Amino acid sequence: MTDHFSTPAHNNFSPQRLKGIVRKESLQILRDPSSIAIAFVLPVVLLLLFGYGVSLDAKHVPIGFVVETPDTNTQSFISMFKHSDYFEPQQFLTTHKAKQALKERKIFGIVRLRNDFSDQMLSSGDSPIELLVNGVDANQARITEGYILSIWQLWLSRTAQVQGKPLQVPITIDQRVWFNSALKSRNYLVPGLIAVIMTLIGAMLTAMVVAREWERGTMEAILVTPVRLSEFLLGKLIPYFILGMGGMLLSVAMAYWQFDVPFRGSFVVLFFSSTLFMLTCLGLGLFISTITRSQFVAGEVSILVSFLPAFILSGFIFDINSMPPVIQWLTYLVPAKYFVAIIQSTFLAGNVWPIILTNCAYLILMSLVFFALIMKKSHKSLE
Amino acid sequence: MNTPSEAIIQLDNISLSFALPATSVQALDNISVKVKAGQITGLIGPDGAGKTTLMRLLSGLLKPDSGQAKVLGLDVVKNPQQIQSMIGYMPQRFGLYEDLTVQENMDLYADLHNIPVDQRASRYEKLLSMSQMAPFTARLAGKLSGGMKQKLGLACALVSPPRLLILDEPTVGVDPVSRRELWQIINQMLQEEHISVLMSTAYLDEAERCNDVILMHKGQILQQASPEVFSQTMQNRTFLAHSTALSKRHLQARLSKEAGVLDALIDNDDIHLVMQEAIINDVPAFNDIEDLHIRPTRPHFEDAFIALLKTNPDPGNAITETETEAQKSSQSSNDLNQKQSRLKNNVSDSIIKVDKVVRRFGDFYAVKGISFEVKRGEIFGLLGANGAGKSTLFRMLCGLLPASDGKVEVAGHNLRTASASARAHIGYMAQRFSLYTNLTIKQNLMFFSKAYGLRGKQQKERIQWALDEFELADYYNTNSNDLPLGYKQRLAFAAALMHQPDILFLDEPTSGVDPLARREFWHRTNELAESGVTILVTTHFMDEANYCDRLIIMAAGTELATGSPEDLRHHFKSAQNPEPSMEDTFIALVETKAENRKNIND
Repeated sequence: MTDHFSTPAHNNFSPQRLKGIVRKESLQILRDPSSIAIAFVLPVVLLLLFGYGVSLDAKHVPIGFVVETPDTNTQSFISMFKHSDYFEPQQFLTTHKAKQALKERKIFGIVRLRNDFSDQMLSSGDSPIELLVNGVDANQARITEGYILSIWQLWLSRTAQVQGKPLQVPITIDQRVWFNSALKSRNYLVPGLIAVIMTLIGAMLTAMVVAREWERGTMEAILVTPVRLSEFLLGKLIPYFILGMGGMLLSVAMAYWQFDVPFRGSFVVLFFSSTLFMLTCLGLGLFISTITRSQFVAGEVSILVSFLPAFILSGFIFDINSMPPVIQWLTYLVPAKYFVAIIQSTFLAGNVWPIILTNCAYLILMSLVFFALIMKKSHKSLE
Repeated sequence: MNTPSEAIIQLDNISLSFALPATSVQALDNISVKVKAGQITGLIGPDGAGKTTLMRLLSGLLKPDSGQAKVLGLDVVKNPQQIQSMIGYMPQRFGLYEDLTVQENMDLYADLHNIPVDQRASRYEKLLSMSQMAPFTARLAGKLSGGMKQKLGLACALVSPPRLLILDEPTVGVDPVSRRELWQIINQMLQEEHISVLMSTAYLDEAERCNDVILMHKGQILQQASPEVFSQTMQNRTFLAHSTALSKRHLQARLSKEAGVLDALIDNDDIHLVMQEAIINDVPAFNDIEDLHIRPTRPHFEDAFIALLKTNPDPGNAITETETEAQKSSQSSNDLNQKQSRLKNNVSDSIIKVDKVVRRFGDFYAVKGISFEVKRGEIFGLLGANGAGKSTLFRMLCGLLPASDGKVEVAGHNLRTASASARAHIGYMAQRFSLYTNLTIKQNLMFFSKAYGLRGKQQKERIQWALDEFELADYYNTNSNDLPLGYKQRLAFAAALMHQPDILFLDEPTSGVDPLARREFWHRTNELAESGVTILVTTHFMDEANYCDRLIIMAAGTELATGSPEDLRHHFKSAQNPEPSMEDTFIALVETKAENRKNIND
């Protein structure tokens, strides 16, 4: 059978077809305000929110004081709190009133100085205080408790010094915090947040744009062209890879310049591990899109299997080691867990090779699994 | 190169079934067919016949359960990609990227077909001039009119010169002017590039323009022949009837109940009759109808289509029900007559008054100063190309959209001040049957009757009425998403009638619906109008305009003409075209619109 039209080569991978898909996809991204918003506006908003708004540190905590017999000692003790950034002391006349304020959440804790506060201090150099803390927010309760106790100890030792008495404390703890010496939660939240943002761009955006092609009926027309499945998928991946890496760079830049998060590792390491993580996310997103054909379902599924786990199970906010064993096992399925470990250590600790290499290996494994599933699940047909 | 007689498509014993949650559908049932190269082959059949499935199979999108399918000599299962590089395919839904421009869409297809860059310019130029789209290359595809979108879709399918062009209902929802242009492109490609075309269509006049026609029904092929052969079987079976004593609609209703009549249809000024048997050298006689004039006429292609489907009985299908329906309508005519007398006691009343109504969207005038009145019991048609402002006007009449200026009065209520009370008199059937697709027929009817405030015994009665009248009982517990299109339309129609409205708004009720279902639909609509219900309908099927008592033709938000179909047609009588059809009239009106705006009736 001869042919007077030029029959183009159709069996081999064609760079031109790939270029066509990439260009189409890029134009669509540029014209669709929602993809730009997810890639660039959302990271900025999330970073500002978490960088400034959310803090796991206890600062300016309102504390109620009940002083049964006020004197110079109690005054000096309370003034320690007044001068601290961490507390806002308020005085109450009776324990009852203080408890009322605690119930109404006007104060977070109560420090009660009993009648014998000064006597005890003078006789034994130790003066017990009663501490009540609202335990609803366990994290804040523990931090507040710790801060109050250390202020109390500090005051005791200073007072003892002033009065020329050695303090009867058998062991003193000299605390030194490594990697995040200011104990700013922002310093580890912001790098972790970058992993969440990349999940959002990589998995959710990708899952939805393929579903959109099904919804709008463009998929059927594309499938009946000589385009190969690999060209189609790669053509979708490349623009979203660039978009996701762009979002990543923006977030890293904001972390470094806007939030002064220290960056102690190497940027090259961060870049390569981000590449691996981005591919894993894109793989997850494309995989979701092969099983669902509506944007709504794709969005829901990707929030459920990528965004929420990245938020909750990645160790970005909640420590994985303190989770129940079953949940700990689940976290192995969350790609963000591996990247959070890498990015937090490159930012705060430098290039810790065991961490970087193990986690990168997991990411490579996961992306290979996703792409194998995609190739197995998708085919150029409507079935 | 294939010689023209060579088969470009060859199917041997192809079967394909789909599994649904509860059951499975045999979409293609042991089909064997050959399609010749170098010509246009039409694929026709009622909804659910398997046309789209067949085309998807040929494009390599679906795999057969059994049998062998060859396209261009290649097996569709083994070499789909090779076939895809040599065919152009246009799916039923507009398959282009709305957020890309015309040029970018064409570039994409050129890339996907690996067209060398130096060959593109001449190809683009040819396609753009053929489709008259050259001025719009920078426009986003989503901002094109429906007709232009289809032309762009066709141009994209032709970017790489295909050997075979597969078009799935390319002209559905497209206005007559764009439809004519699409056909011009197809014919030009056929002559200049010797391509072969396989197209499915719901317009039977289009099938008549094909070289070869395949009629499918229930996954099988009923007949494959040239349109002439189809029509020849109808020789001496078609007549035109006319009566000065009865209105067209009355006459049609009467004749369709007569023995020996297979089909009766309004055809311009007459009733087009199809008889069950050939009557040679004579005309059929109907003694009980006074003042009846009958003369033989040339058979239409559609007659053969209807006759073939009506004589291929298949239980549970719309086709065989037309006769029982006719009997039923005579039973129910008593109740209808009662309502008729109730409603028609004030015939000269205008129930809808539209006075210089304007609708702006920003700077854009969708409707600029339209005025008309509709009388009780009239069927009033709104005709116009895509984007003429029909839907906007329609929404204002239903009280869904406030008018920017002018007055809209429905059943004595000004829609600006009392749209809620006006709405109680209105039944509305939206363009895309707005049913809950994951509810069953029963649940949909329950919901809509409740929404209209029916309850208890009355609600039960109306639901039973809907099930009987629209013969939905067989699908009572089927999700409306799984219904054939014809049934969806019936259900939507029934839902709009739950509260027995005085006025019925039908927005493109027959779009994409096959000829049999369209007949059934108009049969019901006529009955409703006879009972005194006022009906406003938009349509782009020009032959359907003949069912209207009066109609308005719109273009770019303005009125081109208002009048009865007869008046409008007669206005465009000329020496070349002594009997212009509604379609000729429409095209003539649109083309002369810039020069002179005509208001024929008023």
